[in-house]
Amino acid sequence: MSVSNQPTRAVNEPTDMLETSFDIQGHAVSRPWWKLRPRRSMRVPWISIFIVLFVLVLPAIFADLITSHDPLRGVLGDRLAPPFWMEGGSWTYPLGADKQGRDILTRIIYGARISLTVSGLTIVIGAVVGSTLGLLAGYFGGWIDRFVSWLIDTFLSLPHVLLALVIVAAIGPSFVTIVAIIAITIWASFARQVRGETLSVRETEYVARARVAGTPPWRILMRHVLPNVANTLIVLATLQVGVVILEESSLSFIGAGIPRPNPSWGVMVADGRDQILISWWISFFPGLCILLVVLSLNLMGDWLRDFLDPRMRQRGR
Amino acid sequence: MSLDLPLGSPSGLSTAEPVLAVEDLRTYLYTRWGTTKAVDGVSFTLKAGETLGIIGESGSGKSMLALSLVRLTPEPAGRIVGGKVVLNGRDVLELTEKQMRDVRGKEISMILQDPQQSLNPVFSVGNQLEEAIRVHDRDIDDAEVRERSVNALKSVHVPAPERRLKNFPHQMSGGMKQRIVGAMAMAYQPQVLIADEPTTALDVTIQAQYLRLLKDLQRRTGVGIIVITHDFGVVAETCDRVAVMYAGRFVEQAPVGEIFDRPRHPYTRALLDSRPKVDLKATRLQSIEGQPPSLTDLPPGCRFAVRCSYAIDKCHLEYPHPIEVAHDHVSACWRSEEVPWESP
Repeated sequence: MSVSNQPTRAVNEPTDMLETSFDIQGHAVSRPWWKLRPRRSMRVPWISIFIVLFVLVLPAIFADLITSHDPLRGVLGDRLAPPFWMEGGSWTYPLGADKQGRDILTRIIYGARISLTVSGLTIVIGAVVGSTLGLLAGYFGGWIDRFVSWLIDTFLSLPHVLLALVIVAAIGPSFVTIVAIIAITIWASFARQVRGETLSVRETEYVARARVAGTPPWRILMRHVLPNVANTLIVLATLQVGVVILEESSLSFIGAGIPRPNPSWGVMVADGRDQILISWWISFFPGLCILLVVLSLNLMGDWLRDFLDPRMRQRGR
Repeated sequence: MSLDLPLGSPSGLSTAEPVLAVEDLRTYLYTRWGTTKAVDGVSFTLKAGETLGIIGESGSGKSMLALSLVRLTPEPAGRIVGGKVVLNGRDVLELTEKQMRDVRGKEISMILQDPQQSLNPVFSVGNQLEEAIRVHDRDIDDAEVRERSVNALKSVHVPAPERRLKNFPHQMSGGMKQRIVGAMAMAYQPQVLIADEPTTALDVTIQAQYLRLLKDLQRRTGVGIIVITHDFGVVAETCDRVAVMYAGRFVEQAPVGEIFDRPRHPYTRALLDSRPKVDLKATRLQSIEGQPPSLTDLPPGCRFAVRCSYAIDKCHLEYPHPIEVAHDHVSACWRSEEVPWESP
């Protein structure tokens, strides 16, 4: 007479990772995870990951293995060669060549290296400086907090492009200058985020317990506060990669960024500006790369935020 | 069961020097609405192996008193403005912050109001216990830390300690987490343990279990315990002495039996009368009329006078200083002698 021995029939299809469905008797039906249809925001953004990997990361690492062209020196005879599918195009220059006969694809690949180095460096500097100041401000409060908050407000309200132009006008464009400029413009968003999270973690019982046990403040920060703000840091860093690439490209486009003849994507878009109606490929392909990579990084960041947030995992659609 | 904790003096029998002597402690909170006298001249002593209960309603200053003892009053509003907290023969209020950090956890320890949240969700329990064991002892080796954390869990009766160490807080029950927090607080065998409403977050059966565990720890280590609570049940079960706190001051202090059988302060009387009683027919619970006074604007006389049914004119004008009404029984009331022992 045992009811549970009867085969259970699912009345309503599970629609969510954690939504439970019930059979006729009202028993919860558990399903293996592979039979569950994940919620929209839980879907892994494979396309974005693919794009970031194949347009940004892999080309940047294996640039000299993928292409044999020189990114800096061109063949003047082949200048303005169109992409391979157009009349007069060839597989030698798959995406065409620019005014100096340099292969666009090669320059995009080497440009990925610049984008990745610049964003990597600036984000490490920005995250370290920003989260240190944010932790100190949020945890200790008082004059430290007032000073750091004032710094954050000041730096967030600075006109970045104008600041970059002034600095470049004063000391000239270089790789170091651009890294420094972007780093000082992004640390503030890290600091603001970390400060806010620290303020809430500081009030938790486990921080109070650690203080009662005589734990020194720096240990509380490293052991209890930092690990609990790490999720936010990861999400923010991912989203900031897109911002940095965009900023570096913009600065390079107006001539305040990576100095020529280095193949930054922004520089390449700028180089094709006056030819845009005739040899559109010079600007189009690097521009497309910026668009795809930044968009993908934003989608990845959004997904990471949902994925790492335990509340999002438990909530229904 | 093997325990590495030394045997202390059994509960209640100690006659030694007090491990903690608090004298006229005053902690004020400076807010934008004025100065709140959260703790306003509290004195008491605690002997080794003794349990002192501090009972009072919400906002009477119990928790501020506890935080003052470890000098962790909320910054920047809270400030200890006067008094002495003599722990093991020296006044902790005179120590530097760095010296104070060595005292916390080692000589005086605390179990906080909500032990459910007292564990960091991102680390395993073992990790956090090891952290607590290493706080004051940076150079003990890993094997010893491990052994000590297993022993610490055994001392609070956690079954299968080796396996439990790998668990994360969310994988444990409330009572289990509570024991682990207890083990962390006792990691250095402090002389004084403050338990701030240790059982409010637990259900009744687990409460009783936990209180027994605390008494058990006390019997083995001789730690002096201060239990802060608003529950007479907890007091009856654990305490040797009781202090009743009202509006920042102790109004009555006595051994636990005296408080229940012969209360000498109208406030204590009223508190006892407002407990639900099992042996009587179900009637409406008695309550104390009125509200506790605002701690920013205190009357010159007795702070309970406005709500007190025994109050005379003198009560409103002059503060009744605590007097010894019986052996080891102190009451701060002008009419202590007239308070009835039995419920009216």
